[in-house]
Amino acid sequence: MAEDAFDAIIVGAGPAGSTAATVLARAGLDVVLIDRGVSAGSKNLSGGRLYTHALGKVFPDFVDQAPLERLITKERISLLTQESASTVEFASGKLGGHSASYSVLRAPFDQWLADQAEAAGASVITGIRVDDLLLRDGRVAGVVAGEEEMSAKIVLLADGAISLLARRAGLIGEPDPHHYAVGAKEVIQLGEEVISQRFGLAAGEGCAWVFDGDCTDGHIGGGFLYTNRDTVSLGIVTTIGDLGYSDVRVPEMVERLKRHPVVAPLIAGGTLVEYGGHLALEGGFDAVPQLVHEGALLLGDAAGLGLNTGYTIRGMDLAIESGRIAAETVIAAHGRNDFSAASLAEYADRLAESFVLTDLAFYRRFPKFLEDTRGMFTDYPKLAEDAMLSLFSVDGSKPEPITRSLRNAARPIGFGRLVRDLWRGLGAINGRASVAGALGGAAFRVRGTANRKGGTR
Amino acid sequence: MSLEAKLAVDRFAVDEESAHIRLADTSDVPRETLELLVRGCPAGLYRLNDDGSLDFDYAGCFECGTCYVLAHGTALAAWHFPRGEMGIEYRRG
Repeated sequence: MAEDAFDAIIVGAGPAGSTAATVLARAGLDVVLIDRGVSAGSKNLSGGRLYTHALGKVFPDFVDQAPLERLITKERISLLTQESASTVEFASGKLGGHSASYSVLRAPFDQWLADQAEAAGASVITGIRVDDLLLRDGRVAGVVAGEEEMSAKIVLLADGAISLLARRAGLIGEPDPHHYAVGAKEVIQLGEEVISQRFGLAAGEGCAWVFDGDCTDGHIGGGFLYTNRDTVSLGIVTTIGDLGYSDVRVPEMVERLKRHPVVAPLIAGGTLVEYGGHLALEGGFDAVPQLVHEGALLLGDAAGLGLNTGYTIRGMDLAIESGRIAAETVIAAHGRNDFSAASLAEYADRLAESFVLTDLAFYRRFPKFLEDTRGMFTDYPKLAEDAMLSLFSVDGSKPEPITRSLRNAARPIGFGRLVRDLWRGLGAINGRASVAGALGGAAFRVRGTANRKGGTR
Repeated sequence: MSLEAKLAVDRFAVDEESAHIRLADTSDVPRETLELLVRGCPAGLYRLNDDGSLDFDYAGCFECGTCYVLAHGTALAAWHFPRGEMGIEYRRG
């Protein structure tokens, strides 16, 4: 067999791929990072908030070096009806330190990450679409791009939520529409001063805002708004498997959010500088595919590593951690010169021990809860509106006790259902299902390859 | 602001030589599937005609994969990413 051209080929220059490339290159491995975009990050889009705890492990000086937009110090969650917003706001200087999150724009941020990989010694190739995996003797042996074949000891698939390469090679099955959401987002230029004033922010500090209800017209999903330095990222995400719920189209959902009375004045006079769309992962723990294959690992979105709890929406930190752990696994495998699934199984084991799969397992029941609880997007925003109206309306009529106001507001939903939904909702975000049990139950999937020593798929 | 005007703000390198997504013969595909494509595409590139036929224009595609998830193997005969350097180029992301 011909000598492998590279130790590792990484497909996709997003947070997972570039982090893995950096860690591998620092260890002296011969690694190439390939992205189909004209530059790294030019195909990548997200809502726009990065929790940085994982980034700091690989890039300790990221705060001074990375193109971050604003440090998030203000969190807002709003339940929307057509006319009202019932909002919880938390603003605190304590939203920083090790748990700091920043708004980011992916084109500049991902370019910076790829630059770090290149500086560490990785070859970064952009503008090349990898068409297929090169399969040899039942194992992944490289990639195919056009007429060209490139071989490597291992291929790291960080090619995004669809992971077309893994699907085309039969490593993972057909996508489930309930495991994916479609996102659409506008970037609106407003100016740095205007944003700080309108959102009540100190210089360099930002607001992260999520919306539930009217913006998606009751579809499972929600809206988001992140303040960047001189722009805001504003958009919606809705589960693809729920598109049948009403006939409102995805682009129209963005417009609904923009014209909502609580949003419209904040973006008035702004200029659209980009409109885009992307997939988001909604399936949680149960949508994580087999991560370890003969000669290949799945990373980041391709590995199904996304987590939406309603109040925190994560992907990039999970991707970065998966990139680091994948790279460390490959370094160890390289030392053994064994890239079989059995040798690489440590990747899945370490992800299961890390926050990545632990957090996904903790919130395992949340996606199902949302699918089963339409009221979260329809009746509950209305309940909040009715309750708030009865609290804050003064019209000369006789005041009524708050308990009665709340009871009246809850009547259309029904007390029994309210308690049941509340109980199930709290359970779904409270990790009542045993995390260890979830991880143990999944062992057949993420660890099973370890038992097939030297076997082929 | 119309969807066309929004897309005009974006930067695309349209591959004139090859379409990365191709429709299948949709006459046997349930109308509901076609409606979901129209509804789900964030760039609004799918159009359902009065006679029930489906139109699609790949220029302006974000390559998000929504239509792949909805209709790969039914309404879509082929779905791939555009060739290298082609397609959407996000400058903000």
